[in-house]
Amino acid sequence: MATLQLREAVRAAMIEEMERDEDVFLMGEEVAEYHGAYKVSEGMQEMFGPGRVIDTPISENGFAGLGIGAAMNGLRPIIEFMTWNFAFVAMDQLVNNAAKIRYMSGGQYSFPIVFRGPNGAAGQLAATHNSSVESIYSSFPGLKVISISNPDDAKGLLKSAIRDNDPVLFLESEFMYGMKGEVSDAEDYTIPIGKARIAREGDAVTIIGHNKSYWRAMEAAEQLAADGYEAEVIDPRTIRPFDWDAVVASVRKTNRCVIVDESNPFASVSSEIAYQIQARCFDDLDAPVKRVTSKDVPAPYAKNLMEFYLPSAEDTYRTCREVLYLD
Amino acid sequence: MAGETEATKEKRATKAVNNLPKHAESTNGHMRRVPTQKGFGASFDVYEADAVTHEELDLSTEDVLVMYRNMLLQRRFEERSAQMYGKQKIGGFLHLYIGQEAISTGTVDAITVGHDSVITAYRDHGIALAAGMSPDACMAELFGKVGGCSKGKGGSMHFFSNEHRVFGGHGIVGAHIPLAVGIAFAHKYKKDDGVCVGFFGDGAVWQGSFHEAANLASLYEVPVVLVIENNQYAMGTAVDRAAAEPDLYKQAAGYAMPGALVNGMDVFSVCKAMRNHVAMARRFQPSIVEIRTYRYRGHSMSDPGKYRTREELDAEKSRDPILRLKSYILDHGIGTNDALDAIDQSVKEEVMASVTFAENSPLPPLEAIYEDVYSEEGFPFLT
Repeated sequence: MATLQLREAVRAAMIEEMERDEDVFLMGEEVAEYHGAYKVSEGMQEMFGPGRVIDTPISENGFAGLGIGAAMNGLRPIIEFMTWNFAFVAMDQLVNNAAKIRYMSGGQYSFPIVFRGPNGAAGQLAATHNSSVESIYSSFPGLKVISISNPDDAKGLLKSAIRDNDPVLFLESEFMYGMKGEVSDAEDYTIPIGKARIAREGDAVTIIGHNKSYWRAMEAAEQLAADGYEAEVIDPRTIRPFDWDAVVASVRKTNRCVIVDESNPFASVSSEIAYQIQARCFDDLDAPVKRVTSKDVPAPYAKNLMEFYLPSAEDTYRTCREVLYLD
Repeated sequence: MAGETEATKEKRATKAVNNLPKHAESTNGHMRRVPTQKGFGASFDVYEADAVTHEELDLSTEDVLVMYRNMLLQRRFEERSAQMYGKQKIGGFLHLYIGQEAISTGTVDAITVGHDSVITAYRDHGIALAAGMSPDACMAELFGKVGGCSKGKGGSMHFFSNEHRVFGGHGIVGAHIPLAVGIAFAHKYKKDDGVCVGFFGDGAVWQGSFHEAANLASLYEVPVVLVIENNQYAMGTAVDRAAAEPDLYKQAAGYAMPGALVNGMDVFSVCKAMRNHVAMARRFQPSIVEIRTYRYRGHSMSDPGKYRTREELDAEKSRDPILRLKSYILDHGIGTNDALDAIDQSVKEEVMASVTFAENSPLPPLEAIYEDVYSEEGFPFLT
């Protein structure tokens, strides 16, 4: 095991895959000469040359579409968005072209392309810079959506995403780039897409959280343990396709479920998880499925408001106590 | 300057730009780059109608007759499609290319089909047939049958053939222009000597995607020809009602690329222009070519066409590219009326056979709805 920052794990995955396959290239704003806005691609242009690590103008629609065309014509692009907030101007490319052309062509083309970048809240940046996009994009058939919470998953899942023959949206986090963690140094380490990770076993309540919300779930589980209740924490890791089997098995054991999701609440990832659990595990439930999300408003700037806006470990802990009928 | 002609004015402007150093001091003391001749003061090639003969294009009489048949196949196929639409054999939208056939036929002469790539918007039947996609598969696609070129999942706007390197058929205005640049980028990356020709309409020029794609094409020097098929109307909006600069080819100057204006009612003019620009692309010089044409039919089948006059339509029809080539063939003794009638007859038979094929092709089975979404087998769709 090596200890890597999350940004180093992402970088290691890209380097290994670019060494393995000449058709893989990295393109995005500031990825080459600036070494990445968050230093994820540090030194990569020196390693692979300007033909494979390519700076772009600020044209998300243009270079996302360029990547899609290149994928149609046999390459395996990694398109970095400086953040997913800036990718809304490229949304047409993602949802109409990357997701649908394969279907509309009767399966004649594959789209082995990864769109990656940080997602969700990144501090006091106000409303346009704090969007969580997984709920929106996961509703589009044709896309796959991965949202990672730690360096090991970042490396193993990004390598799988780059090798995957379908378009994958890979969601990272500004807050987690500097986070260190153990990363497998197994040769050619990959983690299968669509498989959740049981991060902590327990029988009192299932807590589901991805990306930063996974850490809120783990913190809440610690607090519950102090109260004498062992929570089971599931990091879905892949949002589309979702690992329903893992969630169903856990809820059948715990009979209770709380979802932590940084999305805004309406029609979000947590909405779908709650729907699926009631449909699949109705007779197993001892309490309503509850969720902790960002507030149903745009993200604010003021520090206290922003802290109030985001789902917290404390909210999660309190919600778990509710479904355990402890208060 | 007083008494100066346009030509000398342009020359003077070019010279003035050339005389500037590559970098000049700006007033605040920072170095700045000055415009080069590439952009400002650019000149554009113009390809008029009736300016070139088939001999000058090294086309044999046989080649000319093949071109004639190629254009006629598109025309007859679409006339029959319109009829089938009226009989409700075809659903959704049907955008006809009738009047614009010289562009597709002239372009396929300039590229190597199956090696080079083409991509277009939703008015896509013409280039598909011109590139050699089978009328059977095309008609079956319109009918929504499993034998269609997209297995009945794309319809009129989404004709694809990987074999012919026809990359669609795209329904969102302008959204495929970045794809054209990406396809060309991959040709360059793989060093396969391929070129991509990306077609789009006059309306698409005012989408941001065109401008982003044009800039990227020029910046990365990818082998692409961006072809504006200016058929005068974006749905019902005439070019000069949408364009601050109605000379669309001039957009090339803003992206430091060669630009050209072509008469799209003469297949030989298109052929000559596209050969030149495809050759440039093969040397990694992208360009923008505006081909002026006219669509005789409505934007789609539901368009009453009240934005234009009968007189305008009739005047345009008198410049019809197929009639023009027919006259050329007869005038130059390349073929007789009887020979051309025989071609027409064989085209009509081919089109009728495509209708029969489409009628007989089965509907897609219901389980096909879950096929072709992902490359991966067994994706766990929610049900």
